[in-house]
Amino acid sequence: MLRKINCAALLVLVAAWGIASARPSGGTVSGKVTYEGTPAKQKPIDMSKEPSCAAQHPTPITTETVVTGPGNALENVVVYVSAGAPDDSTPPSQPVSIDQKGCQYVPHVVPMVVNQELKVINDDKTSHNIHPLAKINHEWNKSQPPGTPPFTEKFEKPEFIPVKCNIHPWMHSSFAVLKNSHYGVSSGGGGFSIANLPPGKYTLTAWHESYGEQTQEVTISGSETKTVNFVFKAKPY
Amino acid sequence: MNIKKIAKFLFLPTAVLFSIPCLVAGQEMESHLGKLTGHAESGKQLYYRFCWGCHGFRGDGTGENWLPTGNFPTEPYLNIQPRNFDAAVFKCRSTPTGTLPTDQDLYNSVERGFVMSNMPSWISLTKQQRADLVAFIKTFSPRFKNEKPGELINVPAEPKLTLESIKHGQELFQKLECWKCHGQEGRGDGPSASTLTDSNDQPIRPYNFAVGSRFKCGSTNQDLYKIFMTGVDGTPMPSFADVVKPDEAWDLVHYLRTLQVTHKSPELVLWESTKEGSQQVASRRVSGTPTGSGIK
Repeated sequence: MLRKINCAALLVLVAAWGIASARPSGGTVSGKVTYEGTPAKQKPIDMSKEPSCAAQHPTPITTETVVTGPGNALENVVVYVSAGAPDDSTPPSQPVSIDQKGCQYVPHVVPMVVNQELKVINDDKTSHNIHPLAKINHEWNKSQPPGTPPFTEKFEKPEFIPVKCNIHPWMHSSFAVLKNSHYGVSSGGGGFSIANLPPGKYTLTAWHESYGEQTQEVTISGSETKTVNFVFKAKPY
Repeated sequence: MNIKKIAKFLFLPTAVLFSIPCLVAGQEMESHLGKLTGHAESGKQLYYRFCWGCHGFRGDGTGENWLPTGNFPTEPYLNIQPRNFDAAVFKCRSTPTGTLPTDQDLYNSVERGFVMSNMPSWISLTKQQRADLVAFIKTFSPRFKNEKPGELINVPAEPKLTLESIKHGQELFQKLECWKCHGQEGRGDGPSASTLTDSNDQPIRPYNFAVGSRFKCGSTNQDLYKIFMTGVDGTPMPSFADVVKPDEAWDLVHYLRTLQVTHKSPELVLWESTKEGSQQVASRRVSGTPTGSGIK
């Protein structure tokens, strides 16, 4: 009996070691996304038709087709490994989420892996309908009145999907459905980082909802950190 | 090269070329409607006679009636874009949002036509012909080969009509904010109505209950139940299947019927028998006729 327990404990240890060593460790790609030129001026949103949302924004918010930061930083750019890495065999177990708050989508861009669960939350005191205008995946459209619990959905194929709420025409978001979990999104300062990249040669693609895509090659050896920067040409319209 | 040699030389490629349709025909698309079986090959003939003028040569909804013409270079002839069959997104289904419709759903759409659009009812065709057309329409998208239709939305038996049911339906109309698009009186003039676009960025109007008795996807109470539980895919109308319980859904159906003030349904008759209901309906009903007679 004791021997059996010992054996089991040993097995557990070996398994734990196996999992720990299998955890991807490797290099990191980080960098900054910037723009050159003059980006389109974002328009203020009139939410007077939805008082419960308007009250949450003392100063009116603007559209988010191009969000910039200091030093020509460009936000909401999804940087992902488009070639060189294998597709994820199983999607990450943690769901990603999108929140409808103050009649805005938070976050504005939601990257996820194929078949990963997406949790849709309505924190507002008004009804929303969440309508991903998918072309490769299936287009669906669901109502979510105030107080209804979050629901989950998933997408089966890689695609950049524009999302809208038909009731509140200013609400727009994008779902970036990717083949693997090696991705990052540029933040307020334009910075992004993709960690745990095993050694290899990769193609990085940077995607922005208004300015399209750019690609760059990067080679990772060992656990180094490589810097890759992207510059998008801003359009004034 | 003599004629025999040329014939031999041409024989193989020609034979291969002609055998391609046979290979394709081996896995021909069918539709199944009760005892009827529709065949895509027969439907094809009908499609290129009756349907392609609007739905287009490739079934993508860009037939010559939709595309801007010489006389009107900027305006399409039709005001609602014909269905694009390669997207396989269909308005009238008995299946959940995002899933494929059943053969019966497609058959019903062909048979019924779409009220307030340019799609007529095709009852002039035989049942077999309509079934054949459904089979052919399914060849435009690979989704019909690779996927099954969604699981049918359960429509429980309709409970007895009561005033409580209508009143609860009225509360739901407020709570679910149907009025945001359809308007408080169901005239399709809610605050969001003017901004609505369909999935092809074409302007689209919410349904106006005050006119007529038919809906886009049928005219019975069961049809009405299905419309808001399945959603009208490709349009702003979402699915309420996750947020409305089946008995509540029937209450909503009963109230929505009272918005059809020109259609004497049992729901409208019962609602008008109450003081509240009769006042509401009277204020919503436009008196008079288009010719002006009868206006007080």
